[in-house]
Amino acid sequence: MNFFLPSIVLRTQNSSSVNFLVPLIAIVFTLLTGSLIFSLLGFDPIYSLYTFFISPISSLYGFSELLVKATPLALIAIGLSYCFKNNIYNIGAEGQLTMGAIFGGGVAIYFYNVEGFWLLPLMLLAGVLGGSLWALIPALLKTKFNTNEILTSLMLVYVATFILDYLVVGPWKDPSGFSYPKSRPFNESARMPELFNGLRVHFGLVITLILIFISWFIFSKTIFGFQLKVSGLSIKAARFAGFNQNKLIISAFIICGGFAGLAGLGEVSGPIGLLYRDISPNYGFTAIIVAFLGRLHPIGIIFSSLIIALTYLGAEDAQIFLQIPSAVGFIFQGLLLFYLLGAELLINYKIQFGKIS
Amino acid sequence: MGQFILDIQNISKSFPRVKANNKVSFGVKKNTVHAILGENGAGKSTFVKILYGLIKQDEGKIIYKNNELKISSPAEARKVGIGMIFQHFSLFESLTVRENLMLGIDDYISYKKLEIKIENLIQKYKLTLDLDAPVISLSSGQKQRVEIVRVLLQNPKILVMDEPTSVLSPQEVKSLFITLNALVKDETTILYITHKLEEVITICNSVTIMRDGEVIETSSIGSNTAKTLANKMLGKNLEEISKDFSAIKDQINFEVNNLSCKFNDPFFTDIINISFKVNKGEILGIAGVAGNGQTELMEILSGENLNIESGKILYNNKRIEKLNPQQRRNLSISFVPEDRLGHSAVPELSLNENTLLSRFYNNKFTKNGLIQKKILDDHTKSIINLFNVKCLDADSNASSLSGGNLQKYVIGREILSEPELLIISHPTWGIDAGAENFIRQSLIKLSKLGTSIIVISQDLEELIQISHKLSIIYNGTLSNTFNTDSIDIEKVGLLMGGGK
Repeated sequence: MNFFLPSIVLRTQNSSSVNFLVPLIAIVFTLLTGSLIFSLLGFDPIYSLYTFFISPISSLYGFSELLVKATPLALIAIGLSYCFKNNIYNIGAEGQLTMGAIFGGGVAIYFYNVEGFWLLPLMLLAGVLGGSLWALIPALLKTKFNTNEILTSLMLVYVATFILDYLVVGPWKDPSGFSYPKSRPFNESARMPELFNGLRVHFGLVITLILIFISWFIFSKTIFGFQLKVSGLSIKAARFAGFNQNKLIISAFIICGGFAGLAGLGEVSGPIGLLYRDISPNYGFTAIIVAFLGRLHPIGIIFSSLIIALTYLGAEDAQIFLQIPSAVGFIFQGLLLFYLLGAELLINYKIQFGKIS
Repeated sequence: MGQFILDIQNISKSFPRVKANNKVSFGVKKNTVHAILGENGAGKSTFVKILYGLIKQDEGKIIYKNNELKISSPAEARKVGIGMIFQHFSLFESLTVRENLMLGIDDYISYKKLEIKIENLIQKYKLTLDLDAPVISLSSGQKQRVEIVRVLLQNPKILVMDEPTSVLSPQEVKSLFITLNALVKDETTILYITHKLEEVITICNSVTIMRDGEVIETSSIGSNTAKTLANKMLGKNLEEISKDFSAIKDQINFEVNNLSCKFNDPFFTDIINISFKVNKGEILGIAGVAGNGQTELMEILSGENLNIESGKILYNNKRIEKLNPQQRRNLSISFVPEDRLGHSAVPELSLNENTLLSRFYNNKFTKNGLIQKKILDDHTKSIINLFNVKCLDADSNASSLSGGNLQKYVIGREILSEPELLIISHPTWGIDAGAENFIRQSLIKLSKLGTSIIVISQDLEELIQISHKLSIIYNGTLSNTFNTDSIDIEKVGLLMGGGK
């Protein structure tokens, strides 16, 4: 009976094409499962998938919205890849994003009646600082006390969210906001400039692309990128080489936190324009999927951020046109991660049909 | 064909890109010790795995006791009377000897009967064992005895042993051979897999020599000597290795004084009060059975472990025990740890990147934090050329190289850094004889240029061959130093086993 069952065989050679194939396989399976779910719910799967994945970007406005969503995802994901390449599982980017928004937004609120070209750069710096400082906490706990960064970075997400909650219902509440839990709207010079008139895609996209390019350069050309890679592959080899592990861990956290903080600031000074409770639809967590879907590679992350951004837009359209709860977007994200992890098997193993040799 | 208990007929087995066994045929006479001799990669292990039911041959058959052997799992192999002792022990370290023995039983048997059976075996074959001791507290020789008793409980007719002496001290080897002779007297046939020539001459009745997946010859030991066997096994003559005592300078290069390091962990060996000296141009060998503190000592010498309890490490009269590996390299000290996959080299990285691994700091390969790819590439190419590393190019992944070639690359990388002191652990572990000879020659050449070398190895033969002086590490302590040109092997053996 063995003759007809496929068997899983260890690859003798690394296949570089598989690296590109794995995300594609995951996407195909996600679409198949998605259409199965749609038809079980009683919708025409073709029309549903069209509503979900095509119609949101069939207009210029829709495409701009895609970039608005992809910008923070790509920025956080590229930051996360500094950590993940080094086998540091910082999953607290959402908290680092929130802190970046608080620090940067705080500057905007402090100078609410002062305009000036210097305001936005100051906010950017403050955003980076907020995210980095928040990421420094799990980094120091890990290097000094060997605590597990997965737990500490995750728990700090909730702390950051509560601080934001407190600020927008308390000291930073808009005095003329009818008691809504939100801050004053930022003034004009505290807002990210729009790239095109009438579209929400903003200058954060340019910053993101520049940082992605710089990161590509760091990963492939510098000794720092090399050290991150070696430490991730073999901690024993990194010790043999004599790398300073603590320095690497702290740098990766600070960079990652800085990028996430910048993404948070980009949101509040870009499309949102003020501080309130729900500044991020879980961008910090979703970026983990983006990072792995892009295989921690800068180019891969650009593509994967677009794909995941589409699930956000698709979910909104599905809610409007199909009356499906927008949580279906998270289902798609979950499916994608699930199939991605499954397809990872193909990197080291291949499926062989026919007789086992 | 009645004279053979095992008659192997035309066994072939292919793996992708390599024919591991090509029409292997030979007979094994009943109640003998039959050696299968060959280098690493000659196809010995593949054949043994087929015999033990771990993999299936593509072609050919095995006639066992006049019937064709048809098994598809080790459990079936054990049932028909084929027992196997692997090179790496498969024991539960935290359980006692008794518990380990009970776990090895395939059939149901009452506790009392089993106890009696174990006692009988231990007495009969003088396999001294404390049944209540946890396995982790045993020496390698004792662990092997547990494995032997566990296999004997199944009453095997054929006992297959894969490189059984690789972790034993000379005395333990002796007592193993006594046990093997007693087993043969009791109608057990032993298939002895090895690449050590002396052992074949000492213990075996007949030998099958394999090379590149094929049987070169099967014969009785008769007039064969270690040298004739070596030539058949390798298919060529190897260059003689000769060391030179005259190049040693009367100047101390490296000195360790009263070094101690406690781990408080049963999986680590504490280093206790170790002292030794190495002169310029001298090769010091540190012998010992695995697990007696070699790894721990190596990590302290390389600076990977800086948490020593007490003691001094002096290099050219300068204290270096607080320096990390890079800082030590900057003083012209090089290291080659034992494990080439994931320690001295990263298998997933290219050779170029691996060159950077030990030379990333304070050198021409980086400039302002940027990797100088061209210079790196040229340097890696010169390692490949000078040390005969067989690979596609400097961008091939380290994992695509054979063990011997990767080891030549790693050692070449460290030698080309022109060290004043090289500390190397198990330089020829698990590689073919050609590469082994090349590496030993390279080390001797390097010492003649004035480099001091410390070689930590389990291979006593190797250490006597290449080193000028020898010390023995046992349970974290180091013996006095002996000159290798006037050494007493008996004494060394005793020291390796913990004697005085």
